[in-house]
Amino acid sequence: MSALLVTGARILGEGAADLLVRDGVIAAVGADAATDAPGDVERLDADGLTLLPGFVDLHTHLREPGREDTETIASGSRAAAAGGFTAVLAMANTNPVTDTAEAAERILDLGRATGLVDVVPVGAVTKGLEGAELAELGLMHRSRARVGVFSDDGRCVADARVMRRALEYVRAFGGVVSQHSQDPTLAGSSACCHEGELSGRLGLPGWPPVAEAAVIARDAMLARHTGSRVHVAHVSTAEGLEVVRWAKAQGIAMTAEVTPHHLALGTELLTGYDPVFKVNPPLRPTEDQEALREGLLDGTVDAVATDHAPHARHDKEHAFVDAAFGMLGLETAFGVVHDLLVASGRMSMADLARVMSTNPARIAGLSGHGRPLAPGEPANLVLVDPTATVTVDREASHSLSRNTPWHGRSLTGAVHTTILRGTVTAREGEPAPC
Amino acid sequence: MRHLLSSADLTRDDVRMLLATAAEMHEVQRRDVKKLPTLRGRTVINLFFEDSTRTRSSFEIAGKWMSADTINITGKGSSTSKGESLRDTVMTIDAMSVDCVVIRHMASGAAHQVAQWVDASVVNAGDGTHEHPTQALLDAYTMEQRLGSLEGRRVAIVGDLTHSRVFRSNAITLRRLGAEVTLVAPPTLMPSGIGPWAAADGLTLTDDLDAVLAAGPDAVMMLRVQKERMSGGFFPTPREYTVGFGLTRERLRALVDANPEAVICHPGPMNRGLEISADAADAAQSLVLDQVSAGVAVRMAVLYHLLAGEEVAA
Repeated sequence: MSALLVTGARILGEGAADLLVRDGVIAAVGADAATDAPGDVERLDADGLTLLPGFVDLHTHLREPGREDTETIASGSRAAAAGGFTAVLAMANTNPVTDTAEAAERILDLGRATGLVDVVPVGAVTKGLEGAELAELGLMHRSRARVGVFSDDGRCVADARVMRRALEYVRAFGGVVSQHSQDPTLAGSSACCHEGELSGRLGLPGWPPVAEAAVIARDAMLARHTGSRVHVAHVSTAEGLEVVRWAKAQGIAMTAEVTPHHLALGTELLTGYDPVFKVNPPLRPTEDQEALREGLLDGTVDAVATDHAPHARHDKEHAFVDAAFGMLGLETAFGVVHDLLVASGRMSMADLARVMSTNPARIAGLSGHGRPLAPGEPANLVLVDPTATVTVDREASHSLSRNTPWHGRSLTGAVHTTILRGTVTAREGEPAPC
Repeated sequence: MRHLLSSADLTRDDVRMLLATAAEMHEVQRRDVKKLPTLRGRTVINLFFEDSTRTRSSFEIAGKWMSADTINITGKGSSTSKGESLRDTVMTIDAMSVDCVVIRHMASGAAHQVAQWVDASVVNAGDGTHEHPTQALLDAYTMEQRLGSLEGRRVAIVGDLTHSRVFRSNAITLRRLGAEVTLVAPPTLMPSGIGPWAAADGLTLTDDLDAVLAAGPDAVMMLRVQKERMSGGFFPTPREYTVGFGLTRERLRALVDANPEAVICHPGPMNRGLEISADAADAAQSLVLDQVSAGVAVRMAVLYHLLAGEEVAA
């Protein structure tokens, strides 16, 4: 198999060094890399670039099967590779829902056929995401897909009894439930934004922050009761974060993720009723954004996850309350986090690697991702350019959809090259042919 | 003026100008022959996605009395992700080169969204629980007819504030005109974030209607309680609502005792016996029918300034 010599990259943002990849594995780092390289080695000049472990997204919606007009596993894989990801967890709310071993294996196979990123299926917690009966959690885990993360994302597992049983059940095989924490009884079914002064003025029905915090609190107690792991998907409020912080202090096995948009975009963007900013959980006020940033920096929040949610233009061009929820995220995640937290000096590149690769890989139980950049480790890598400034253009997206809230914004920091087990899957932001 | 989407789009001077024009139009309404040639050759589409009798008919009459070609289109129910998108629906209409789209929609923000898409002028004739700017103009017009200037006048707005577009527009327009505004509602029907909102906009909050009436306000605006709210857990029973927040016969007497010149408004349709008693609705203080009459004149003024602005100046 081929060999790849990455020269002059700053490893985790520290000193520049060479790194040799052979047979999909890191063969050498430092002075040995060049001397060990075979004569026909492919050379990749990484002067000025930073080398990180490939990113892992705990939260991606790929829309296949069911809405292949908005995203396929292939198109989503291209967007993921362009965004620096080497593994993405594909949420279960497809049509049909990923609630059987067969459905999970099909997604695994489609991901492998594309080959640009490890597509890891998430299994539904309940049949058809209906919140009533457990899906075949054990069979999904025993399948070739080895499903370990379960979520009804898009919906909250609201019934405490169902959540308790799910937690008890997945504990047997070390699985985790990723919860969309939002009590559906604390808001009307038409809730579509953050409940606060702006929603009052705009006449839009909202979700109060307590709808998130109350479910996180309940789940923390259920996790303690069952001894299971629970993961809080896309935490969006200071209140919710406060409960996560408390739970961790108690030693409860709770982890949490935050999205780039909840870190960087505020509810004030809804003033013009543009549905591109409609997302679930909703964009929150400045105080919540700052609390989430603090939570990410102090480790209360373990990971950044995109909640990449492609939608057709015609599903967004309805009245605000009727439009689809969600926004693109795979291609902009690194740029947003880097621009917001690394370029501003609040976070190091090593911190970014921890929240975008190491921690999410650990939460999802992916042994081949989020590993140290050391000999013998799988060569799942990303080279980023910390000085490049890119103006986001939705037309340049590799997703089949265009619903990015970042269109027209300039971000400092860009993904340069993505490497999956030694093979380049994206080069200068362009995904490799698959 | 390109569109009228929110009462916040109108400065105090804009409001004054529109109300002055409305007064002229009101004169026309009293003539035998009411037709003006002002908007001849202009096309106004009334695009109503939600049932409405008085607003739709008053926009239609307003357009016709100014010789515009006025066409009513009744949209289908709330669009869903499977139906035609709102954008497709309005682009179809805009493609016919109309001059003005008057839109009523059950979704907040629909008029704002439509204004982003079309070339025509857009008038918000009520969007969900957001705003109803022409209602606020006609309410101000009606109150001024009886009370004179609203500067320093005390107006109480009572009832389901959370779901009321009439309240949202009125609070803005009344403040523009210098009125003092007190909001009266049970805590469950106060909009979210009303605390900082009221502080920022200079509104007073209370749930004590009797105290407000005893202070002798100049105007009391009763809001309609919609049927679906009665089962939505916002208050226990209609009976309890009436006891707390209805303008009952006794409260009418208390109001008149405190201020014999006070006026009573209601945007209609009224739930007699729930938020307003028959005595109050039909009292000499009631402006309910004056409001309807003013509706046509105010909408004539709005269409005039949107569609005939330049010719007027010349």
